[in-house]
Amino acid sequence: MELLNDINLYLPATVIAIAGLVVMMLSAFRASHSTVLWTSVSFTAVALARAVADLGTETQLVFHDMAAVGGMAAFGTVIILLGTIFTLLLSKDYFEKVGEYHSEVYAIILFATVGMIVLATATNLVTVFLGLETMSIALYVLAGVNKTDKRSIEAALKYFLLGAFSTGFFLYGIALLYGAAGSTSLEAIGAVTDKGLFYWAGAALLLTGFFFKISAVPFHMWTPDVYQGSPTPITGYMATAAKTAGFFSLIFILSRALGTSVDQWSEVIKVIAVLTMVFGNIIALVQTNVKRMLAYSSIAHAGYVLVGLAAGTEAGYTAVQFYLFAYTIMNIGAFGVIAYYERYKGLDLTELDNFAGLGFKQPMMAVMLSIFLFSLVGIPPLLGFAGKYLVFAAAVQANLISLAVIGVLTSAAAAYYYLRVMVYMYMRDAHTEFELPAVGLTYSLVIGFLAVLTVALGVMPWTVADLLAAF
Amino acid sequence: MELLLNLTIYLPLLGVLAILALRNDAMIRWIALAVTSATFALSVPLMLNFNAAGSDVAQFVTESGSLIGGLDIKYIVGLDGLSLLLFMLTTFMGPIVVLSAWESVKKHLAGFYSMLLILQTGSLGVFASLDMVVFYIFFELTLIPMYFLIGIWGGSGRIEATIKFFLYTLVGSLIMLVALLYLGFHAGDAINSGVFTSDWRLISGPEYQIGLVEQTYMFLAFALAFCIKVPLFPFHTWLPYAHTEAPTAGSVVLAAIMLKMGTYGLIRFALPIFPNAVIAFAPYMAALAVIGIIYGALVAMVQKDVKKLVAYSSVSHLGFVVLGIFALNTTAVQGAIIQNINHGLSTGALFLIVGMIYDRRHTRMISEFGGLAGIMPVFAVMFLIATLSSIGLPGLNGFVGEFLILMGAFNSDVLDNIWFGVFATTGVILAAVYMLWMFQRVMFGPVTKDENKNLKDLNAREIGLLIPVMVFIVWIGIYPSYFTGFSEVQVEKILDQSMEKASIIQINSQSADLPEWAGKLYDVTPEMASTID
Repeated sequence: MELLNDINLYLPATVIAIAGLVVMMLSAFRASHSTVLWTSVSFTAVALARAVADLGTETQLVFHDMAAVGGMAAFGTVIILLGTIFTLLLSKDYFEKVGEYHSEVYAIILFATVGMIVLATATNLVTVFLGLETMSIALYVLAGVNKTDKRSIEAALKYFLLGAFSTGFFLYGIALLYGAAGSTSLEAIGAVTDKGLFYWAGAALLLTGFFFKISAVPFHMWTPDVYQGSPTPITGYMATAAKTAGFFSLIFILSRALGTSVDQWSEVIKVIAVLTMVFGNIIALVQTNVKRMLAYSSIAHAGYVLVGLAAGTEAGYTAVQFYLFAYTIMNIGAFGVIAYYERYKGLDLTELDNFAGLGFKQPMMAVMLSIFLFSLVGIPPLLGFAGKYLVFAAAVQANLISLAVIGVLTSAAAAYYYLRVMVYMYMRDAHTEFELPAVGLTYSLVIGFLAVLTVALGVMPWTVADLLAAF
Repeated sequence: MELLLNLTIYLPLLGVLAILALRNDAMIRWIALAVTSATFALSVPLMLNFNAAGSDVAQFVTESGSLIGGLDIKYIVGLDGLSLLLFMLTTFMGPIVVLSAWESVKKHLAGFYSMLLILQTGSLGVFASLDMVVFYIFFELTLIPMYFLIGIWGGSGRIEATIKFFLYTLVGSLIMLVALLYLGFHAGDAINSGVFTSDWRLISGPEYQIGLVEQTYMFLAFALAFCIKVPLFPFHTWLPYAHTEAPTAGSVVLAAIMLKMGTYGLIRFALPIFPNAVIAFAPYMAALAVIGIIYGALVAMVQKDVKKLVAYSSVSHLGFVVLGIFALNTTAVQGAIIQNINHGLSTGALFLIVGMIYDRRHTRMISEFGGLAGIMPVFAVMFLIATLSSIGLPGLNGFVGEFLILMGAFNSDVLDNIWFGVFATTGVILAAVYMLWMFQRVMFGPVTKDENKNLKDLNAREIGLLIPVMVFIVWIGIYPSYFTGFSEVQVEKILDQSMEKASIIQINSQSADLPEWAGKLYDVTPEMASTID
């Protein structure tokens, strides 16, 4: 009975897992693309509705303290499911018109989502690992789903090798922490008072594993190639939902398991945050491919999130959650528009050079992209600004002023490469005349909805922030 | 009235929705004109109902509850003596700017007028907001439309110019954001029971005092942002590019309104919140201002392009405003406030006029013109009034501001050195040299180019949009006290209050924590603060 009750409490992940199995069955019976898509979307919507309903509830632990539900865990689940549902909706046109379509893609996305939810809600290192691997293995496959595209295969292989490598660190860390605490539960590790070599080495290795997953500098090497090579909607999915899951897990581990050594790890995270912001942004400056540029920008954004974590305060964790929410909305939107441009086969429309004059060819899409990019820069009153504001406010409050200054200076530098996209789109004349294909109703609605969210929640950030403050 | 103020701020945004909904090129200009005119019409009652005797208290205030849990950020808008005139200038320039683009902007009309209207809302919000975070949001919001206005509808070097403009301003304002956050938490600890606050009325009030160390750093951060925006020498390098490349409407908004956000920010935030730092840094800021006055004038003198000449004259004129602010007495600060408006009117008019001649000849090179006065008599009259106003001829508006500023600078206890005034005065003389010389080369002498012989004089639209500006140029020149009266009470109060604060803080705080270079600056301030009226 307790198990059933726990399953009920943990319903979002369960629903998605069932959805994955259903979609597998549908593929076996050669269901049409639309059937597969809308089945996946409906299941995800049900899970999302449940996760939203859970937002108001107190955090509690299920499955013998292996995972958390309600409160922060529910918010993580909401972000991941939002990321998933938009990715699903944007995938159909992409895979039909650009990539290859295999209905299993949807099943794999759903399985990855299960892994992410488990990762984001795990309160035991075993479940953390379980979630991480479920997510990662599914993502390795997704990265290589365009089987005829060399870049896609390269991305999958690279992701797999480096992912496996980082898993080694991760697992070693878990083992050592188990040695130190005698348990893999986060609470037990948090209660360790005799912090010996095992404890510190374990914590360091565990954090290293996380830094790989969230692509913090200097563990970011895999990110650009993987993000550039993967099918674009999947890139958006990896950059947002997967990262969100990683960061939520990191928050759980830092606050629950390593809360007593906040002084030590906060120093480490400060250094990593500075490196990530500086290198991510500087390398993004010289990119000529928009997808690759967004990959580096996603590294840079991980740096801003780390600033919030480095604060090590409640306000910092809240800011990080808000930031991840904001980043998910605007980044999936940006990748969605790029995915739309890729439908045109005559030119490689991920190359910045070919963006010349694009702004007036399909005005709505270009306006949306501009909104997402300005939001990524962090210009008020867009959602990205609210995120940055809360993160830097947390840093200033925790007296990390130099970190905040480096953060704002790098985001000023970042403005350059985001603006450059708009320079090409609007301020340069097209080299050649061509017609972009039609957008499609669902696609416009999804992108439009994301843009509206970016503006509306940017103007009224308290709608989300107050929710977070209540946790 | 509160509703009216909010309506004035947000009406242009409704105009954007109307433009996007209709998407009919013939209607767009008319919608934009109607919306900006309505905005101006709505703002007039605000000015008429403004209580000048109580200008130190914000009027027509709308105040919301705390917006974000844990941080006491509120949506507060209202007008007081510091903001009223700039607010009015913004609504006043709205229809003029729309009319100026009437025939010269031909591509992407919906985008162009949407950007102008968003810019209008952003600028009005900047001047009306009394919460510093809300101020910051509007302040940054104005960047996006201006970025596109220069970048899409600008001249040949527009891309470089617009990126330079955007990045310069962004760096300054982001650093200010960090200082603003720090200030909010600091003020929260001191006067808002530990909760972050950004309510300007609380922070600028007499109860809130900041130690010298924090003041120094925060002042520098705020000053950087505003000095880039003004722009004060040596942060001015983005301005000539942006001005020259921007379309006429963009240049006018930039000169008349956006640059004022810098000087306005210095008066509103730096003076009352960081009084010790302002006193300590005043001579240096004033020195930069004087260098800017002379440098801008000298560079303007050698320009071959009329628009660039006017752009550099802006650097010079805004130097006067900054000098006035840091002279720190009522006369000079009042002069700075009215000079903000004067510069908006006269330089705005000059940019409009340059735009008109550019529309006809598609060049702005001084050498391409000559003898236009005989061909375009109405144009000549308008151009002459704007030129004389810019020079500061007595009887026109420019004189009032410059005179007050120079008088204040000569009498300033804080600067305590007549050389500031002396050198600044040479700027007035140089202004006469470069403006009149330019005017003479363009308007007088024989007509040397055949293309100029058949130029058409101003049409009704062009005359119509210039006349209101000319009316105010003369009105302020003849009867300045009506306009200076709006801010007098508040300026006196702010100066008194911040000098009092400065002397209290000096006595209370240990300057031992100060970095060595900054410690020296504060050596002189205690006596000074107590002697200033």
